[in-house]
Amino acid sequence: MPPVLELRGITKSFPGVLANDSIDLSVEKGKILALLGENGAGKTTLMNILYGLYKPDKGRILVNGEEVTIHGPNDAIARGIGMVHQHFMLIPVMTATENVMLGVEPIRNGIFLDKAKVAKRIREISKQYDLDVDPNAYIGDLPVGAQQRVEIIKVLYREADILILDEPTAVLTPQEVEGLFKVLRSLIAHGKSVIFITHKLKEVLAIADHITVLRSGRVVGVVEAKDASQEKLATMMVGRDVNLVVKKKLASPKEVVLSVKNLHVRDERQNITVSGASFEVHAGEVLGIAGVQGNGQTELVYALTGLAPMMSGEVSIAGRPVRHSTPRNILERGVAHIPEDRQRHGLILSFPVHDNMVLCTYYKRPYAKGPVLQQKVIIESAGKLVEQFDVRTPSVYVPASTLSGGNQQKVIVAREFSRPIKLLIASQPTRGLDVGSIEYIHSRIIEKRDEGTAVLLVSPELDEIIALSDRIAVMYKGQIVDIMPAAKVNRSYLGLLMAGVKPSEALEAAPANGKETEVERVF
Amino acid sequence: MNTKSLPTNPETASQQQPQAPAKQPKRGSKLLQTILIPVLAVLTGFIIGAIVIALSNDAVIAAYRNFFHAPWAAVAATWNAIAQAYGALFYGSFGSITEIYHGLQSYIATGDSKAILKAIYPFAESLTAVTPYILAGLAVAVGFKCGLFNIGAEGQFGIGALCSAFVGYSLHGLPWYIHLPLALLAGAAGGALWGAIPGYLKGLTGAHEVVNTIMMNYISFLLSDWLLNGPMKARGFRPLTPVIDNSAMLPRFFPDPIRLNWGFILALVVAVAVYWFLFKTTVGFEIRAVGANPDGARYAGMNIVKNFVIAMTLSGALAGLAGATQVLGVDHWVGQGFSAGYGFDSIAIALLGQSHPLGVVLAAFLWGTLRSGATNMQLAAGVPIEIISIIQGLVIVFVAAPAVIRWIYRIRAIRTETTVLTRGWGK
Repeated sequence: MPPVLELRGITKSFPGVLANDSIDLSVEKGKILALLGENGAGKTTLMNILYGLYKPDKGRILVNGEEVTIHGPNDAIARGIGMVHQHFMLIPVMTATENVMLGVEPIRNGIFLDKAKVAKRIREISKQYDLDVDPNAYIGDLPVGAQQRVEIIKVLYREADILILDEPTAVLTPQEVEGLFKVLRSLIAHGKSVIFITHKLKEVLAIADHITVLRSGRVVGVVEAKDASQEKLATMMVGRDVNLVVKKKLASPKEVVLSVKNLHVRDERQNITVSGASFEVHAGEVLGIAGVQGNGQTELVYALTGLAPMMSGEVSIAGRPVRHSTPRNILERGVAHIPEDRQRHGLILSFPVHDNMVLCTYYKRPYAKGPVLQQKVIIESAGKLVEQFDVRTPSVYVPASTLSGGNQQKVIVAREFSRPIKLLIASQPTRGLDVGSIEYIHSRIIEKRDEGTAVLLVSPELDEIIALSDRIAVMYKGQIVDIMPAAKVNRSYLGLLMAGVKPSEALEAAPANGKETEVERVF
Repeated sequence: MNTKSLPTNPETASQQQPQAPAKQPKRGSKLLQTILIPVLAVLTGFIIGAIVIALSNDAVIAAYRNFFHAPWAAVAATWNAIAQAYGALFYGSFGSITEIYHGLQSYIATGDSKAILKAIYPFAESLTAVTPYILAGLAVAVGFKCGLFNIGAEGQFGIGALCSAFVGYSLHGLPWYIHLPLALLAGAAGGALWGAIPGYLKGLTGAHEVVNTIMMNYISFLLSDWLLNGPMKARGFRPLTPVIDNSAMLPRFFPDPIRLNWGFILALVVAVAVYWFLFKTTVGFEIRAVGANPDGARYAGMNIVKNFVIAMTLSGALAGLAGATQVLGVDHWVGQGFSAGYGFDSIAIALLGQSHPLGVVLAAFLWGTLRSGATNMQLAAGVPIEIISIIQGLVIVFVAAPAVIRWIYRIRAIRTETTVLTRGWGK
């Protein structure tokens, strides 16, 4: 029997970039193929070709051994190819049923929508594949894991046989990931096939049958999951040996630098997103805040850095209270901030690299004398930072927008680390970066810690939190539910807390042997 | 390159993985990209203008009726019509080099300046027309640099003109070196006030500057109507201010009727100053940062509200100064409908000049010369003045929609950040 899906020699180039270079790939019926690669390896381009969003320059697509041309998503669906996007394409104010039938609405008696029919079919699908979803629930009320199940049902409702899941675990708690894997197993048991796109090695080994590794637009390896190991995959993915462990000494925490007591914050829509958070960060330690995205971490960081007002509570930095402080007040007290969204907050993309390097200090000597900018000094110091922090850029004159994500992040890190700081607030410092940059940024953060800087690390990537932190706090629905030393952390206990289970219950539910302290890199 | 084989040695593998090989445009090509679109937009505007000229010419139409008998006559007629119109336009804008040469000769030989003055009249008048366009164009450009769309240059221009006229005619007996700067300052201050109000409203309440500057325009129009018919009206029937004192006038370079004056030099100096301010000072840095990415600017500790107010105040001051130079250098009094679209044209100039001071000067030059040559085109070639408006309109359409120009000339877009001219509501 031919493979259900086969790509042969797919090549796609964009001006200046060869995104896909004669890629071969095949998916067998009832199997899970993991497509592994770093950001920018060409995974997304390949899937967009498969989904008909791009036209390949060369190459053939075969479905069930028959050559096809795919002109767009509708074409792809007609051939039984369905895609679950990383960012869900759901409408929060509609029910699961309404979302599922969007675009393929069945009509009753000529003019009426036949919702009942859809709901019935959803229940059937739910039952068949173990996809627990209430057809009448509003999407906005559902947790992320359930929203993802709705997305999967959407694809199954359209009779897809091949499901493409793009980074499906990025937004899930460890428990939800387990749930997703269960669903995937039941899908293949029913003869569906799955392409699972990811950069996380552990998941690949846990779920995939076959693994295709992409690097720089090329297939660099095709392996069976049972023959693979994390180290081997990492080496293939990155192209060199990778240091899987963050080397760090035991922390030697000193005085309290950041103290937060009973902090409440409202977001732009006036929802209370941080409700009574309390914690302390000491000089020379990393406090990691774990939690699923959207539990108030963003607003917490905004409030601490002056980007959003505090509602109530007390925050003090280096012993001095912070209240109604502007971002500049806070910056000038020795706070560095690696923002969550580097393109929105961290950089002025249209400005040259050298101007971005002085974004927070441009008004100070030696970068300005009175109101006059000292261009020469700025450019010289930027040149030094570029070298020191290994920013790959043709020159300091090019706009920051032309740099790759990793190098943009390095510009921010260089800027924030180059001034004297007491507190570093790093919000998802390695989001979307390649392994090399992640390694680099992690070691710089630990270096800062060892110099005696207090570090507050916020990240939804549990691996990153465990790898870097000395103490770990878990944030759920705007509250810090527990703080524990990283040395004796238990993954499943953390996962349960992130999912909203109370600490006392979580302690019972989590396996007691759990001194699982494998410190690993995040991929 | 070993495209197929799997890298067995991680060392070599890492070497053959270059970090995004120089796909960035170089500095020079970025400059080319910046000026390419405006230049092609102007060129295309003239080409389409030529087609309109040909189509609206009776002789050309008649020649085409007879196309199959005399095809070359039709082509020749087309060519003649276009050449005549654009020739007259050029002559109206720049004069003729031979006339200037002969004029200069006779001046040197006989000391008679009549011929040379007549010869340079067109060009001098063009420069006179360019002056307010430079200043008002800079005004709008400064707003754009901060992400603000100052549609109020028209009103700020009018208020600036009234303020400088008031100082010009109401104070007497001052030496010129006090009276003239005072009148100029008054114009700038009036415009600054008119710009600062929408700036404050934007900063404090988020009220959109487009709406508020339009409202300020209406206030300015009606206020000046009232002032010109009441408190500021000179004796007589017409709604005009009195003529300003000699001591407040911007000195002219040549005797009447050439009106070219020191205002032109002032405008050039101001353009250099604005460039310096925007690109070499910390305040200019902040304004540009706020314009390019307000979230990033806030993160970096910049005060958004402060920068909105500074940018709008400066913008208004420049537009007010434009009005002042027009009163003090050219007209010497203010009448109804004085601003005459200078403020609105300046939006086009800032767009065409890509909000860069040098670009603004060049765009203002184009606008001023077109306007001043148009009269001669109508007189000498019988082509209606409106053709100029058509050309200008087309140029703006093409500058505002660069995709059209890219499509016409098959230019591939380089992926650079597009400049943000203005932002949406609220936030």
